[in-house]
Amino acid sequence: MTDLHLWLIPIVPFAGFLVNGLVGRKLPKALVTAVALVAAAVPMIQVAAIIAGPGSPAVPHIENLGTWIRAGSFHADFSFQLDHLTLVMLCVVTGVGFVIHLYSVGYMGEEAGYWRFFSYMNLFLFFMLMLVLAENFLLMFVGWEGVGLASYLLIGFYYTRDSAADAGKKAFIVNRIGDFGFLLAMFLLIAHFGTLSFQEIFGQIGMHPAWQGGFLTAIALLLVLGATGKSAQIPLYVWLPDAMEGPTPVSALIHAATMVTAGVYMVARTHLIFDRSAVALAVVAIIGTATAFFAATIGMAQNDIKRVLAYSTVSQLGYMFLGCGVAAYSAGIFHLVTHAFFKALLFLAAGSVIHALGGEQDMRAMGGLRRRIPITFWTMTAAVFAISGFPPLAGFVSKDEILYQAFVSPNAGGRILWAVGLLTAGLTAFYMFRLWYMTFFGEYRGAHSEEPTEHGAPVHARSDTKLVLEAEPAGHGHGVHESPWVMLIPLIILAVLSVIGGAMGWPEALGGTNWFAHFLANGAPRTSHAAAADKGLEAVLAIVSTLVALAGWFVAHLMYYAKPELPERLTARMHALYALVANKYWVDQIYGALIVAPVLFIARYLLGGLIDRGIIDGGTLTAGYTAQGIGALLARIQSGNIRSYAGWLALFAALMLAAAWFGWITQFLPR
Amino acid sequence: MLNDSILTWITFMPAAGAVVVALLPRKGRVIQWFSLLVTLVTFVLSLHLPAHFDYAQHGFQFEENHPWISSPAIHYHLGIDGLSLWLVLLTTFLAPIGVLVSWRAIKARTKEFYFLFLLQQTAMIGVFVSLDLFLYYGFWELSLVPMAVLIAMFGRNRGPQAALKFFLYTFLPSALFLVAIIWLYAKTGTFDFVELQSRLAGGGFAPEALAWVSLAFLVAFAVKVPVFPLHGWLADAIQEAPTAMAMVIAGKLGLYSILRFNLGLFPVQARAIAPLMIVVAVVGLLYGALVALAQSDMRRLIAYSILSHLSFCTLGIFCFALAGLNGAVYQTINEGLTGGALLVLVSLIYERYDTCDMSMFGGLAGKLPMLATLYVITSLALVGLPLFNGFVGEFLVLSGGFPVHPGWVAAATVGVILSASYMLWMVQRIFYGRQSSLVVHRPALDLNAREHIMLWPMAVLMLAMGVLSPYWIKGIETGVGGLANAPAATARATFDAAHHGQPARTEAVSMEKQ
Repeated sequence: MTDLHLWLIPIVPFAGFLVNGLVGRKLPKALVTAVALVAAAVPMIQVAAIIAGPGSPAVPHIENLGTWIRAGSFHADFSFQLDHLTLVMLCVVTGVGFVIHLYSVGYMGEEAGYWRFFSYMNLFLFFMLMLVLAENFLLMFVGWEGVGLASYLLIGFYYTRDSAADAGKKAFIVNRIGDFGFLLAMFLLIAHFGTLSFQEIFGQIGMHPAWQGGFLTAIALLLVLGATGKSAQIPLYVWLPDAMEGPTPVSALIHAATMVTAGVYMVARTHLIFDRSAVALAVVAIIGTATAFFAATIGMAQNDIKRVLAYSTVSQLGYMFLGCGVAAYSAGIFHLVTHAFFKALLFLAAGSVIHALGGEQDMRAMGGLRRRIPITFWTMTAAVFAISGFPPLAGFVSKDEILYQAFVSPNAGGRILWAVGLLTAGLTAFYMFRLWYMTFFGEYRGAHSEEPTEHGAPVHARSDTKLVLEAEPAGHGHGVHESPWVMLIPLIILAVLSVIGGAMGWPEALGGTNWFAHFLANGAPRTSHAAAADKGLEAVLAIVSTLVALAGWFVAHLMYYAKPELPERLTARMHALYALVANKYWVDQIYGALIVAPVLFIARYLLGGLIDRGIIDGGTLTAGYTAQGIGALLARIQSGNIRSYAGWLALFAALMLAAAWFGWITQFLPR
Repeated sequence: MLNDSILTWITFMPAAGAVVVALLPRKGRVIQWFSLLVTLVTFVLSLHLPAHFDYAQHGFQFEENHPWISSPAIHYHLGIDGLSLWLVLLTTFLAPIGVLVSWRAIKARTKEFYFLFLLQQTAMIGVFVSLDLFLYYGFWELSLVPMAVLIAMFGRNRGPQAALKFFLYTFLPSALFLVAIIWLYAKTGTFDFVELQSRLAGGGFAPEALAWVSLAFLVAFAVKVPVFPLHGWLADAIQEAPTAMAMVIAGKLGLYSILRFNLGLFPVQARAIAPLMIVVAVVGLLYGALVALAQSDMRRLIAYSILSHLSFCTLGIFCFALAGLNGAVYQTINEGLTGGALLVLVSLIYERYDTCDMSMFGGLAGKLPMLATLYVITSLALVGLPLFNGFVGEFLVLSGGFPVHPGWVAAATVGVILSASYMLWMVQRIFYGRQSSLVVHRPALDLNAREHIMLWPMAVLMLAMGVLSPYWIKGIETGVGGLANAPAATARATFDAAHHGQPARTEAVSMEKQ
């Protein structure tokens, strides 16, 4: 294999970032657009050239540009690798990435920070491509943190709005909690393998079949912590819904199609570690299934169109985790690919709706839009049917593969995972068709009803929406209108892919070849138990899940089309349950009360007040007065610095407690 | 040959400049321009060092060794190795920036200011290049005096009080330090570092006495770093000191001295006290980060963040792993560079708005976009985003220390979450959200040419040190390589075993079975 110059793939978007970031403010808009689009298109063309080029790399193709960090015998290099898994990710990132860049030209056209937006988008592409091309954990971590940075900058794009700045900060910090796990995993890897290179680590694991569980479980679980941060899984999913403060193309590219799938990619990339740890795999599967179900229930009760899609993303990422957790990595990656198509499409179409309505995001102020914005309607319809899992669309094929793999998984809990996944599929169909009906059917509720009261709206959801209203591209007040072609063409491309994308992995049970799974055999394979399984069973399960999706559609049809008064009655009857779900189980509030508030309290009063002001400052002054004589010192103590007293008292108490604790605990030591 | 006198030139160029400053007239900006010239010439001269440094060699280079006083035997002995090389460069690099940042901030008594400023530069360089303990002590004390005077004279509101604190904290331990030096001389008859090293390694000293002597050294240095809980002077000093001094007040002098003397002269004692130092490092790291979270004044926040980041260095040093030592030195440089840049940026905000209270700010990014951009870049470098310098240092420290003290290092890693929290919160409070009334009503211009000139070299260097770290590490490693070796065998064994494809875990297991 000749030199593919893999480094060019990320570096071109980086150049685009530098140009627009440094001088974009002064460039004409057309030039900013040209730079940004070229920087996004060149990697796509290069990837296409690699695929079309002579002979695809069967074995991992590695290119090393030199050492990045070295100490003693340890070194981490700027080295890139290309195998089939990388290739799939490259196609998604560059393809969907370019399409969304194109869409943004129309969507962001009126924005003052146009150049800034595109420089950040190019920066994101750079880091995302680094992430998927990296040949070692450390370089992957560069991309990993880097996409977090781009996400931070883009969520906070409307930085004059407090909610946007808050959301950006929250995303970065919550991701850092995950990165803490990633870092510890790397430290463990270095301690055990002396390297962070994928090739060397996986080679060593391959040579030692006896290594099962133990430190590999620890490493895998720490990596999972990292993945839950980036891919918005329980317990770190809380940042993603807030991330919808960013412009809608950002939600489509970063918070749906690419960045948030990095955790899934990471699990697939490091699957040789996970294969050695049944515990870690079970954790991945359980987290994924729980997240899928949990987020779907929240998605059922949201009224902001982007928030519905955000919870839907969290839920679909849960499916991907479920796929990886039953060791069907190719199924997880396949769903990643199809999800990139239909979820990017859903966001872009939602953006088109928001654009058409001059910034309105509340579905209660929509309705009846199918004739006014027909192209948006039809493309979104394709996406709704795809995500709900109707054959033969892309979402059906990939989701069913995951559910089937869960069903046949040898784990004891496989059937339970399947059942919850199936139930979630029904909920998915329900909330997606709810969105579909509320947006496109019935009467238009926007122009005349300032206080929509279709069903009991939680107060804070309304205020969320108000804030969003101000910042999304406004100034299109004159009537509902279809978006320009530069926005519609991306919708059409993604709609076509959402419809036919499933063909890549059409299951053998239904007469296909499942080309996708075979293609990924080097990189992210399926486990062997799946291959031996029953084709008849697979077909039956496919029919069952289709029926469940139909049921979800039917309920949504009943509640939001046939009998629109039904939701209000139901929420009134099940008020507590509805409040629980509509308020997202109060998880944000719980985290705030249990983690954020205590940390700030300790920092402010215990450490900053008592210890630092009281003991350390007070101590200094005391020392100063000692120099002036004991009498002055006594005077000092008696004149009383309350904080100092309290500080010393607290320290003394702490020492007493510590002494008691150590005295008590020594009795458990061996003698 | 220049190689034989270069260190003298670099060290005394600023002092010579200080003498000239004393003679210059107080007219216009003559003194500023001259000080800038001196510091720039010093910096250019110092570039000679990395250009002609022999990276294959381990001992001291560019040595100058002349008898100075015969009794007591004091030598004028200068020299640098991989440990001090980049610290000298850091000092000479920051000096012109220190002049530029004082350009408008110091309006009165400029002669006194630049005289002391230049004298302090000589003292700092002297600390890094002296290989004679007596000479070293002279420079060490000389680095403290101008600092204290500058804080007292040019402090903002409570300058004298902050200076008094600084004085109490640094001079009292220094006095004990002097006693320890004299005791060493009495026992060995030499002040020379190289000779002392071999004499001490030869043995024949009372272990208790050595323990006390090394402790006197360590306390004097730890106060200067500062190491928790000896940081009582730091926040006030950084809040009050003129920016050019605040940039250099913490970190490098103390950390260098710990590495050079505590690890170099007293390796056994340093290892004996290591468990305690690890604990105070990790506690200080988390403590500094948490207290930073509670600050509302930008300078105080940065002061506690400096405490937190310097604790990384202490942690790296006392794990005695090669990667950790490399990382500790790297992080020392990072802290000087990034922390310095942040203090410069804050001073630019202060010059425009006369306050560092974050509650007065909001939405500044819309008004000062270039300043905001550089502030964000610097903040990202400080929180250790990969491809910036901070990540390399933190990663080496933590990954190197992990096999030695996994529990403590894992706790220290929590610092990456906290640092992101307080830095991004600070950025948000100053630059994002609605414009505060102060920002709306006070006219202010974005960065001018002088400010661009001092900030961009720092920003570029942060990125360069994040991407091309082997260029710096190769020198650092020749300096600290010898400090890691013997007693840290556990960490080394882990690395070496792993390198030969034999994971340490299996080794440990097999040992248990035997």
